Amino acid sequence: MTKSDIVENIFEKVGFSKKDVAEVVELIFDTIKDSLEKGDNVKISGFGNFVVRQKRARRGRNPQTGKELTITARKVLTFKSSHILKDAVNAK
Amino acid sequence: MIKSVLMEKVAEKVKNFTKKDVEVIADAIFDNMKGSLAKGEKIEIRGFGSFKVKKHKARKGRNPKTGESIDINAKKNPFFKVGKELKERINSSR
Repeated sequence: MTKSDIVENIFEKVGFSKKDVAEVVELIFDTIKDSLEKGDNVKISGFGNFVVRQKRARRGRNPQTGKELTITARKVLTFKSSHILKDAVNAK
Repeated sequence: MIKSVLMEKVAEKVKNFTKKDVEVIADAIFDNMKGSLAKGEKIEIRGFGSFKVKKHKARKGRNPKTGESIDINAKKNPFFKVGKELKERINSSR
């Protein structure tokens, strides 16, 4: 499923035109991205939390060559799904 | 940022929508995504990332406190993989 499928699936249900829904869908994801870029976590109740985590530099190894190298400090994004989503996925 | 703040921010950017309208659409989006994942489908949002369901087989586990052996049932977990563009944007901000 892609973004356009989501728009297709919901525009009739919410009662707005496809074009309008597409615009709002786009803006919702853009706004989430902007927030995460600033390091601000995003919580969507009933779905899950998007959490930016600061990783410290650490020693690593290139698994192909075996050469040791330093993995630089970085920020990574993780998603923690809510129990509601987990239950939905596990329901038979 | 919680959902209601997100809704306010989005509503400020669109002319013809109230916060309530945006909320209705957002709820429909996440509901639709949840339904899709429940069916085991994969979701791909360009520029953001992809969601899929990871299956874990049943396995034997151990209670670390008592050492007792227990059965852990097979389960499915929603999994999110960050898109390349977003990954880079997050990492470039200091």
